[in-house]
Amino acid sequence: MNVGMLYSRIRKDEKLLLSELRDRDHDITKIDVRKQQFNIEDAPEAFDDLDIVLDRCLATSRSLYVTRFCEAYDVPVVNTPDTAEVCADKVKNSLALTREGIPTPNTDVAFTKDAAMQTIEEFGYPCVLKPVIGSWGRLMAKIDGKSAAEAILEHKATLGHYEHKVFYVQEFVEKPGRDIRVLATDGEPVAAMVRSSDHWLTNAAKGAETAEFELDDEARDLVERASDAVGGGLLGVDLMETGDSYTVHEVNHTVEFKALNDTTDIDVPGAVVDWLEAKVEAEQGKEVTA
Amino acid sequence: MAECVECGADVALHDDLEVGEIIDCTTCGAELEVTDTNPPVLQKAPELEEDWGE
Repeated sequence: MNVGMLYSRIRKDEKLLLSELRDRDHDITKIDVRKQQFNIEDAPEAFDDLDIVLDRCLATSRSLYVTRFCEAYDVPVVNTPDTAEVCADKVKNSLALTREGIPTPNTDVAFTKDAAMQTIEEFGYPCVLKPVIGSWGRLMAKIDGKSAAEAILEHKATLGHYEHKVFYVQEFVEKPGRDIRVLATDGEPVAAMVRSSDHWLTNAAKGAETAEFELDDEARDLVERASDAVGGGLLGVDLMETGDSYTVHEVNHTVEFKALNDTTDIDVPGAVVDWLEAKVEAEQGKEVTA
Repeated sequence: MAECVECGADVALHDDLEVGEIIDCTTCGAELEVTDTNPPVLQKAPELEEDWGE
């Protein structure tokens, strides 16, 4: 197959995928999105003869637009622009999970400092304020008291991009010092790990320690449903343990997996490429039938 | 080997170098982007943007 890889930075994750694709003699077209112009009718030359495009854009804004162009050019893309749109925005992510009855932390959105302050007081302390767009645990605030809340809201309202004036306030979940990352292809878990830290943020990007995690039936079911809720694809589903159950706090659409691959004996890039091959085969089957 | 565009030091490169990859200069700590592999060319990598991530 001929795989187009959208990128602006080749991380270890992309190197693992490129290596796996090359080992299987697939053709690869690396597409640096910074160097392309996307016409509303005609696809760039780089898109000629691609069987599938894999979106590995580091910048969410580019991911959202380029996947939409792929759709317009009728080139299959992983993940789809609809999935990207839901996953890229924490509000849409929370709404999609809730719509499907998937347990997720209670969340309010407010558009002014006063309304946000009111919702923070109603949640009580601590609670969490997150940017609606963003990753790697950046600009997340655990609010321990009223003074901190007032200061953070003031800073966001004064210094931030307009997106920071969409105040996403969430209940603080007392997790056991760790959360769970599951990499899944169309809802089927490939591998899972726990990310542990003394800090309240347990992102691998923040230096959390990782260990392989065995999913039980309930977690598997939640991963499948969370994947369906955002439109499926190659996803990173994040869960927190809540005593005897779980809550799904978000689903990521350009999932990083280098830490997971180092944690497990499972060949993560191999499983991803298996899934891509099956996807292309299914797409080509559809064309023949049509 | 390639030259760091920030400090001019020699930067050691590994065999499976990939265009788009980021290399750290061990002398000055600059993040350098590989813009060509044959011969290797390094440029200063873009600064972190707010919408980067997964």
